[in-house]
Amino acid sequence: MTVRISNDAVALACGADAVAAAFAAAGVEVERVSSWGMHWMEPLVDIDGVGYGQVSADQVPSILSGDAKSIGRIEDHPFIAKQNRLTFARAGKTRPTSLDDYYASGGWLGLGQARAIGADATIETIMASGLRGRGGAGFPAGIKWRTVADAPAEQKYIVCNADEGDSGTFADRMVMEGDPFMLIEGMAIAGFAVGASKAYIYIRSEYPHAIAKMEAAIRLSAHLIAPFVVEVRVGAGAYICGEETSLLNSLEGKRGEVRAKPPLPALEGLFGKPTVVNNVLTLAAVPWILAHGGEAYAAYGMGRSKGTMPVQLAGNVKHGGLFEVAFGITLGELVNDIGGGTASGRPVRCVQVGGPLGAYIPPAQFDLPFDYEAFAAADALIGHAGITVFDDSVDMAQMARFAMEFCAIESCGKCTPCRLGSTRGVETIDQIIAGKNVDANLALLADLAETMKFGSLCAMGGFTPYPVMSAIKLFPEDFNR
Amino acid sequence: MTSIADIVAEHAHREGPLLPILHDVQKAFGYVSEDAMRDIAQALNLTRAEVYGVVSFYHDFRKEAEARPILKLCRAEACKARGVDALVPIAENQSRVKVEAVYCLGMCSVGPAALVGDQVIARLDATRLSSLLEAM
Repeated sequence: MTVRISNDAVALACGADAVAAAFAAAGVEVERVSSWGMHWMEPLVDIDGVGYGQVSADQVPSILSGDAKSIGRIEDHPFIAKQNRLTFARAGKTRPTSLDDYYASGGWLGLGQARAIGADATIETIMASGLRGRGGAGFPAGIKWRTVADAPAEQKYIVCNADEGDSGTFADRMVMEGDPFMLIEGMAIAGFAVGASKAYIYIRSEYPHAIAKMEAAIRLSAHLIAPFVVEVRVGAGAYICGEETSLLNSLEGKRGEVRAKPPLPALEGLFGKPTVVNNVLTLAAVPWILAHGGEAYAAYGMGRSKGTMPVQLAGNVKHGGLFEVAFGITLGELVNDIGGGTASGRPVRCVQVGGPLGAYIPPAQFDLPFDYEAFAAADALIGHAGITVFDDSVDMAQMARFAMEFCAIESCGKCTPCRLGSTRGVETIDQIIAGKNVDANLALLADLAETMKFGSLCAMGGFTPYPVMSAIKLFPEDFNR
Repeated sequence: MTSIADIVAEHAHREGPLLPILHDVQKAFGYVSEDAMRDIAQALNLTRAEVYGVVSFYHDFRKEAEARPILKLCRAEACKARGVDALVPIAENQSRVKVEAVYCLGMCSVGPAALVGDQVIARLDATRLSSLLEAM
């Protein structure tokens, strides 16, 4: 009998250690594995493939005696069976920092393939896969790699952006905690392809478990990726450092202020050297693409959005967790069919896709397919593919105010529209909430939003207007209209 | 006791050593004092203003000691959707624990969530938060 319990931070935060200890006390050996991603079930106990959800320590005797009710085979559960798990193929199945488990599940095949076909063909494979940056902007990864590869320099860098600060997202965290060797392999392939000998992975300080697992995995695999070297750097609580140029400044030991582009980081990045800055999910997709071929990856998805996206179902959702699926699935399928609607049982009022800078979307638009272009056409943002669900008790004026407040707290201060606009935005929304000159203040706010959108240096100030203005447009009744 | 000089020496060979140094100084002393900033600046051949500018930019770094235990409560959208704002009065009606806002712990499917040291706690409700605060 093999008992598996996750040691992902979500499982730990829901009490997995106490459950594992209860099994151990009963004389049963427990394997601590990554999370299946069915977070509403955590702590989830997996006994020879059969699952038991939301287990507490006092239920352990009844599970061992066979009296407890199971959820059946985990792999047959609709939440798992409906997914296309490429990046999360190992989720729930392997011990995160076990090199044996990683080898046994196809680990290092991608790096081996890259070394066999050479740097040029490796970049061609990424080009053919259609992989686009999963951090939010959706820029083709192959083109970025080609630019860095072609830049003449003694020293080049790979920088993995693991400063996943968007509320509603946790896929980066799950990769780092659940499959750290895959991410290291992805960085090593990128380094090989572009001729970089050193990688930094910049992890936010709010993820202590991810930091510990990445550091352990780097120690264990150093000899396998040598002479390539990976080093962890820890952020310091600044949301803006998820913006790539701000992240580079932070790595250099400076204030995390945004840089003007050009120059592109691909040409003048970390310490002025050519640098690939890729998000965790982008680099994590790379080993699979090399091992299976670019065309195999491109066979998933729709239009120019190729492959799969690890969608994160979050907030007030019944079945929250990680759902990796080919692009093209509609928002409604994700929220209602997969997510099961709200956790509170009340009607869904809206969802926010793509974190604090993403627009609010109402159920009337739930036929929107998950596709970069379709979302952009609807003035919305896929971003990092986090979907935060709100029920009908949400006060959208307060959410709009929070969007501005968050921008004011987290603005790096470099450009005026973002630094001052966000504070003026909070004040103006306060006036509207108080019922003072509502029409005039709404007009003023719309004008301010335009200024921030077009005048800000980066997406922080540039995209904060999206949640604000979408809330006003969709729910005017919350704004004294 | 670790000294500032030891910490600086440990990281001086690294590229861009300032943030790793500040993290370790804060870990060892609980905050980054003006004296520490002056010593770090001197060791790295930076101005005190440059070091101060970095310390004050990042939310994680404290310029003053905090005697109380610290609980970081996530106040971002996903935890709001799951009712964290209703828990805020509980945090505000006590003074033994310093409660700070944090924006996302990656627990967005099981919030409201909090961080105490390196321990994450999810599915908070009024009862759980109260007993958590009392136990700290």
